[in-house]
Amino acid sequence: MTTTDIPRPVDAGPGRAVSKKRPRSTGSGGLRRAVPATTLLWIMACLYGLPVLWFILSSLKPASDLFSYPLTLVPHNPTLSGFKAAWDSANFSQYFINTAIVCVITTILTVGVSCCTGYALAKYDNKWLKVFFLCILATTMLPSEVMLAPEFLVVRNLGLYNSFAGIILPAVLTATGCFMFRQFFLTVPDELVEAARIDGARELSIFLRIMVPLSRPIMLTLAILSFQWRWNDYIWPLLMLNDPNKFTVQIGIQSIVGAQNINWSVLLGASVISMIPLIAIFLVFQRYVMSADINAGLKD
Amino acid sequence: MTKRASDVSVSPPRRRNKYIVAPLVLIAANVVLFALFFVWPAVIGLVYSFTNYTGVGAFQFIGLDNYHNLFGDSTFYDALTRTLLYAVLFVPLNFALALLAANLVVNKHAKGASVARVIFFIPWLLSPIVVGVLWRWLFGENFGLVNYVIEKLGGSAVPWQSNADLSLLVVVMAASWAWTGFSMLLFIAAIKNVPVSYYEAASLDGAGPWRQFVSITLPSIAPTSFIVILLNTINAMKEYPVFVALNNGGPGTSNNLMVQYIYETGFKRGQIGYASAASFVLMLILMAVAIIQLIVNRRVENR
Repeated sequence: MTTTDIPRPVDAGPGRAVSKKRPRSTGSGGLRRAVPATTLLWIMACLYGLPVLWFILSSLKPASDLFSYPLTLVPHNPTLSGFKAAWDSANFSQYFINTAIVCVITTILTVGVSCCTGYALAKYDNKWLKVFFLCILATTMLPSEVMLAPEFLVVRNLGLYNSFAGIILPAVLTATGCFMFRQFFLTVPDELVEAARIDGARELSIFLRIMVPLSRPIMLTLAILSFQWRWNDYIWPLLMLNDPNKFTVQIGIQSIVGAQNINWSVLLGASVISMIPLIAIFLVFQRYVMSADINAGLKD
Repeated sequence: MTKRASDVSVSPPRRRNKYIVAPLVLIAANVVLFALFFVWPAVIGLVYSFTNYTGVGAFQFIGLDNYHNLFGDSTFYDALTRTLLYAVLFVPLNFALALLAANLVVNKHAKGASVARVIFFIPWLLSPIVVGVLWRWLFGENFGLVNYVIEKLGGSAVPWQSNADLSLLVVVMAASWAWTGFSMLLFIAAIKNVPVSYYEAASLDGAGPWRQFVSITLPSIAPTSFIVILLNTINAMKEYPVFVALNNGGPGTSNNLMVQYIYETGFKRGQIGYASAASFVLMLILMAVAIIQLIVNRRVENR
């Protein structure tokens, strides 16, 4: 990163530890310029926030009030009955556990494998590594949605149909992950590696003992991204699973939408429940996500 | 651009090529995954696209028949043109919204920017299915909040679900809304990397905020702009869950996009060979888009 290093004098908001910000305005003309910028910002923020707010508030209404006119923003007698109905209906709690298992395992594998690959791409310069770099780049052009049929056949031939492994393994290799780590390790001085080599450290122990601990912020960022990707996956689990006991949350929600008569009370409850884990994780770790240079490495 | 550490180091040239085992071990897992889940599917997909394979049993090579049939298949054409239309609407809208949001958030005069940034980002955390459900709830024809407000203001209910074009427009808005946060993050990182001294010099010369944005910010963030356009184009071409949850590709089949078409032909009608051929057409389009954008990007950078 080549930002100018100006400490932020005021407004110690989130991200202060990792991101470098320009100083907030002070001095002449501040107010005259603050009003339009702030107004525009908050009009836009309201447009973005309102749909979510309306959705969450609607989910707190009892089923009988959902369609009663006039519509009210705030529920008159808020209730959690929609959530309860969703949680108890059609195995939803099982879906939730399945999704959590898939997400956690995939995320751990993704972070580990991407870290290794990123380091190799950054700190060794063999010809075949450059070729592999291009191979990974090519995967961004071939999303699994495009390769639906053949990828399904491969997973079936591997004997992974209708198993969690069939959802997990194809998702472990991500170009974004490899490039994030590569970009980070490029910024780690080569001298650090050289010094460790002179001291007689083996290659892999340099990686495990020095480099892995250094890359913790990247690990966390990728973990959050990976968790989000997998938690929200729909089409791949839909194809890979035919045992209802193994379904994921997204399939569960879509099956409520696909019904002849949509039970909106249950649907809203289920949807809001499915949002909670990600929003909670994000709010706890937001400064890592917000300061992430996610496009790093894609720009070469 | 970040400078590589190795470019500026003054140590003597190293022979790093003597290491073979370590990097090989490090990339082994990804090489295996790449071979299994990219090379193998790509190869068999290409092979099956020349056959009448149904997913089970025997199959015959039928040459270019699948491709020939595809280009005579009006359903395929509808899916393809609808997908391209969706991309043409979604990509610029998302680009504009994300760029606006990023500029407002980094604007040093805007108050409460860090809270607003979180608000912009939250929609990206929702799954495409939930985004579809949420906008279905907002734009319901006889129960949605939007039509309720329109009627309160004296208008008449808009057929958001039963009119094919309006239906597509709702998905475009929903997807743009959901993806703004991610694109915005990329823009914020890029805008922050523009040296503040440029702006200071420009304002000393009397350039206003708009002039500064056009002459300094836009050219400086060009590489990121291309990344955003590229990623969003790919996202648009493979969109499926938002449509499924919002209007089930409807009304009728008017908003069945490419992925839904591939899914229906391959898995509901069992025409794996035919679906593979459709996949390859989609892949070639994605590649073409990527290559065009890379070439333009190079041109812009080498100006």
